[in-house]
Amino acid sequence: MVRFYGTELPSRLMLGTAQYPSPSVLAEAFRRSGAGIATVSVRREAAGGEGGAFWALVRELGVRLLPNTAGCHSAREAVTTARMARELFGTDWIKLEVIGHADTLQPDPWGLVEAARELCDDGFKVFPYTTEDLVLADRLLGAGCEVLMPWGAPIGTGLGLANRYGLRSLRAQFPGVPMVVDAGLGRPSQAAEAMEMGYDAVLLNTAVARADDPAAMAEGFARAVEAGRLGFEAGAMEPRDMAAPSTPLIGKAFLA
Amino acid sequence: MRIMVNGTAREIAADTLAEALVALGQGEETVATALNEEFVPATARARTPIAPGDRIEIVAPRQGG
Repeated sequence: MVRFYGTELPSRLMLGTAQYPSPSVLAEAFRRSGAGIATVSVRREAAGGEGGAFWALVRELGVRLLPNTAGCHSAREAVTTARMARELFGTDWIKLEVIGHADTLQPDPWGLVEAARELCDDGFKVFPYTTEDLVLADRLLGAGCEVLMPWGAPIGTGLGLANRYGLRSLRAQFPGVPMVVDAGLGRPSQAAEAMEMGYDAVLLNTAVARADDPAAMAEGFARAVEAGRLGFEAGAMEPRDMAAPSTPLIGKAFLA
Repeated sequence: MRIMVNGTAREIAADTLAEALVALGQGEETVATALNEEFVPATARARTPIAPGDRIEIVAPRQGG
């Protein structure tokens, strides 16, 4: 079981709700993923808009909701968005995004820490979307965050773990902090690798929603996450350069 | 009075944020609001006055990653 802010969750897979071909495919993908958390957003609404129908759909999923502040480029904008999300979704959990770079959607470290501090002081349980930067991680923990969500690669790229050294280093520096690899995963094997590194969970969206068969991909990721976690808990052997026979030499028949 | 609603100029007759939502046909919908970039809780809308030129944001639950 994984715990975030004192809440135990049944799965180490967290899934986004955007970009699915239809609401029924979204629902089937969630069912087969076993995900315990769904990310959602808030967007401008006109009279008679689609917000009501989507709200009904996500409530039927029966999973915990993690609203985001996607698209926010300043701390002030992110804080206001978080407060609107808290009221709409009835949760003080927030995936905090403060974007600093348009092409890579890299977080703005200064704005992220500023918004995290204000939201933590206001009673939010903040899940900051961050990089693998150790100093930034330390500042976010100091601001009151109890979970970190470093990127695997830029959002929507499917590149996997772009900076393995950085992610290993972050995991090693803060062994007691629950951490989620968020964004950039494209294939189940990449999720398994993140879990083998000791990350507590992964969060993804595009890789499932844009697959030819989203529900099958959701199950593929679920199995990969479980396999990777077992691999971590079991303690993997150290790699070596030279071969070492696995079959005993002693007792081998002497045949010239 | 002329105000901005979700980035679009609108002409409405309302004294409070709650009245503005009703005038816009969103008095009963699941929405959250901000007035001039500050969040206004649903419970505070009826006592939040609006003035010409104000900027109102109205948001609803949506898909997200």
